[in-house]
Amino acid sequence: MSNAESVLRPMPVSAAREDAKPFFDQVHEWIVTVDHKKLGLMYILYGILFLVIAGLEATVMRIQLAIPHNHFVSPQVFNQLFTMHGTTMVFLVGMPLLFGFANYLAPLMIGARDMAFPRLNAFSFWMSALGGIILYFSFLGGPGLYGAGSAPDVGWFAYAPLTSQAFSPGHSTDYWIIGLLVSGVGSIGTALNIVTTVLCMRCPGMTLGRMPLFAWLNLVMSAMVLIVISPLTAAQIMLLLDRYLGAHFFDTQAGGSAVIWMHFFWIFGHPEVYVLIIPGFAIASEIIPVFSRKPIFGYSIMVAATVAIGFVSLGVWAHHMFTIGMTSYANAFFVASTMAVGVPTGIKIFNWLGTMWGGKIRLTIPMLFCIGFLFQFLIAGLTGIMLAAAPFDWQLGNSYFVVAHFHYVLIGGLVFTIFAALYYWYPKVTGRMWNETLGKWHFWLFLIGFHLTFDFMHIPGVLGMPRRIYTYEPGRGWELWNMIVSIGVIFQIVGILFWVVNVVWSYLKGKPAGNDPWDAWTLEWATSSPPPEYNFAKIPVVRSRRPLWDLKHPEDPDWKYE
Amino acid sequence: MSFNRRLGTTVCCLAALCLSTAKAAAAAPGGDPAIPNIFTPASTPADSVYHLSLFVLEVCAVIFIVVFSLLAYCVVKFRQRASDDGREPPQIYGSNQMELAWTVIPVLIVVVLFLATARVIHAVEDASFPPNAIEVTAVGHQFWWEFRYPQQAFITANELHVPVSEAKEPTPTHITLLSADTDHSFWVPMLAGKTDLIPNRTNSMWIDPHETGTYVGQCAQYCGVQHAKMLLRVVVESRADFDKWIAGQRAPAQVADSVAKGRQIFETTACVNCHAIAGTDAKGKFGPDLTHLMSRETIAAGAALNNRENLRLWVKDPEAMKPGSLMPAMQLPDQDLNALTDYLVSLR
Repeated sequence: MSNAESVLRPMPVSAAREDAKPFFDQVHEWIVTVDHKKLGLMYILYGILFLVIAGLEATVMRIQLAIPHNHFVSPQVFNQLFTMHGTTMVFLVGMPLLFGFANYLAPLMIGARDMAFPRLNAFSFWMSALGGIILYFSFLGGPGLYGAGSAPDVGWFAYAPLTSQAFSPGHSTDYWIIGLLVSGVGSIGTALNIVTTVLCMRCPGMTLGRMPLFAWLNLVMSAMVLIVISPLTAAQIMLLLDRYLGAHFFDTQAGGSAVIWMHFFWIFGHPEVYVLIIPGFAIASEIIPVFSRKPIFGYSIMVAATVAIGFVSLGVWAHHMFTIGMTSYANAFFVASTMAVGVPTGIKIFNWLGTMWGGKIRLTIPMLFCIGFLFQFLIAGLTGIMLAAAPFDWQLGNSYFVVAHFHYVLIGGLVFTIFAALYYWYPKVTGRMWNETLGKWHFWLFLIGFHLTFDFMHIPGVLGMPRRIYTYEPGRGWELWNMIVSIGVIFQIVGILFWVVNVVWSYLKGKPAGNDPWDAWTLEWATSSPPPEYNFAKIPVVRSRRPLWDLKHPEDPDWKYE
Repeated sequence: MSFNRRLGTTVCCLAALCLSTAKAAAAAPGGDPAIPNIFTPASTPADSVYHLSLFVLEVCAVIFIVVFSLLAYCVVKFRQRASDDGREPPQIYGSNQMELAWTVIPVLIVVVLFLATARVIHAVEDASFPPNAIEVTAVGHQFWWEFRYPQQAFITANELHVPVSEAKEPTPTHITLLSADTDHSFWVPMLAGKTDLIPNRTNSMWIDPHETGTYVGQCAQYCGVQHAKMLLRVVVESRADFDKWIAGQRAPAQVADSVAKGRQIFETTACVNCHAIAGTDAKGKFGPDLTHLMSRETIAAGAALNNRENLRLWVKDPEAMKPGSLMPAMQLPDQDLNALTDYLVSLR
């Protein structure tokens, strides 16, 4: 292994900004590319574009709900907004962003030159993009022959029989079905690609036990995608058959079952939450060690806990259905399985704390976002335990408490780690450092906005406010809380504007970052910033989980201890 | 334990604390309905949930305090100082004992929480009822509630009346839940958790309110355009008042000659396709039964108070009051509209 050092010697800083080529050549190059880094970036930009759209939809909803009996938007528009907001955030923001990070980073981290199937990769991205375009085309094409409203208005879980022809004439629901079907094909393709890449493309010496946690967790996430997208796709096809070929799977007026749709949807829908949050864990598991200056605490149990979450989460779906009148035995089973997920999740939180314990924590922007993630994910987990107690859920289910809970998971957990990742890997992708001051403004404003909005959102739920209502009655104790919740949105928007300015300004004017600005340990920091198309001039050889640590500390390498 | 209880409540039941007066308000009959706070239960199912939730909140509060303290300690104690020597801290890879500890302890907590939860599930879901229990069938419609009283053979809408259930003579109300169209959910937080009304499926729930008063709630499963205005009122009365109300509901509709014109308009327009008035030709099932319309405090499933002006507006232009409701505007000339409103107002 004496050649490991020579292989891992950092490459010279690349001056590769492709501004030499004409504009249309550059565009053409991006459109036909099969490079995992370009595709990863396109996934991320696509996710951010829809994040802005979904955020604006949420803003309109919060204006509407700021005061009771408001007339800012009509009930029809409000129902379309929450349907599009939810569908967009899950399918067009969460999944593309996470696939983007996996695409860009997983091959670099395992010392590969590309994904296993570069063309499938491009195909999958463009399918996902097409899915998003189809969904949003409904704003133009949805009225169809009947003029019955444009965008889908059936909610992101589209419970039957509201989706049947009788209750949803026109084509808005069809856009929803087909948009998700098409983007689901993209998700399956990319998941297949990530699984294959991580299993087959690792560089010499990188056993499964030496793989960065980021690669491990994305492997688990992708395996879950392969399992759970299928029932969703099946259900969507059944729904299309119901709507156009006279099938009666979910058509209750002809003897179909509304409950079967719930089962199909949630056996996708709940694991989907873990599909979204596990890559968030992956990001935190890379960033927290580097900025604590210690290796991850309990690597093996972190992997085991992730696999356990993956398995158990496939058996918890009916906790979304505690109020549908299941027997007490069925309810008890899903209470047990749901609470059981809390155990591996708790292990992870403790292991992150163990990583920080005794370290020298650098409070950089990515680390601040990770600490925010830990704090918020702790609360999200605890409100999750409350909702897992079925009788408590009989009260809290489908109320604003649930809305607050899952936004705590997906914004407080996932979006915070996504921002952490966007800051952490920005220097690698652009070759430039971002501005620390703007980053701090972003973090603190977004943190304050997040807590104003989502802390106080729990309370109207406790006071009986159901979700998905376009307006509410005065005198029920909800006014003050809804006003605070809406005010928080302003802080979040301003915070995100700081981030946008930072991204653009730093791209143009930022200081050169160098190859390894964080003094980090995984392979992506061994190549130039941005990495060349082939990633590594020579495929690296590794002997431990932290190849760059070994290189920097030849007197005390990791492989002696692992 | 009592310290723990206070701790749990303080940290987590912010809402309950802010609104600790809500319980007192609930007892006052005739006044404004109390804020539908799940932490001020007034019926056994809601009460069982309340006690379970306090226990769960306490456990969660303890976990929160422990883990948050560790996190805060880490960030404060181990952050890099300006005076740092630049050397890496000791590299620790893990500890089997500690990892075992933070696996086993959560497992034990989960077992305890599960057992406590399973007990309440059984108590609420598998409860048995005394023979004098009141039977009601609630049918969810887009966007209103139909309440059938099969024992007394009448139908009403949107405002459920039940007798108070005294400790010495429990009179629970057993509610069978059906849906005429899409999914709905029956939720009156102070009386019980929610249960869904699903087409092609028969669900049930029960309440036994301990105190008289009006309890508000609303549909809690998205059911279409006007999901927001599918409001619910449960009027809990003394047994005597309840019996009086029953007798009133069973009586045939009022017939007054002074409103004969309005009645004729009602019976000869499309009103009868959807609405029923006992003793007339109006036998529609699609909309609320209007036999004793004026015995209800609200119209349009709680969207407006039930008075002459609102009724007139509702018949004239339902879109103005509840856009997206399935009641069509009848396009009547003003004279007919007034006569029809007179007739409706006479339906006591």
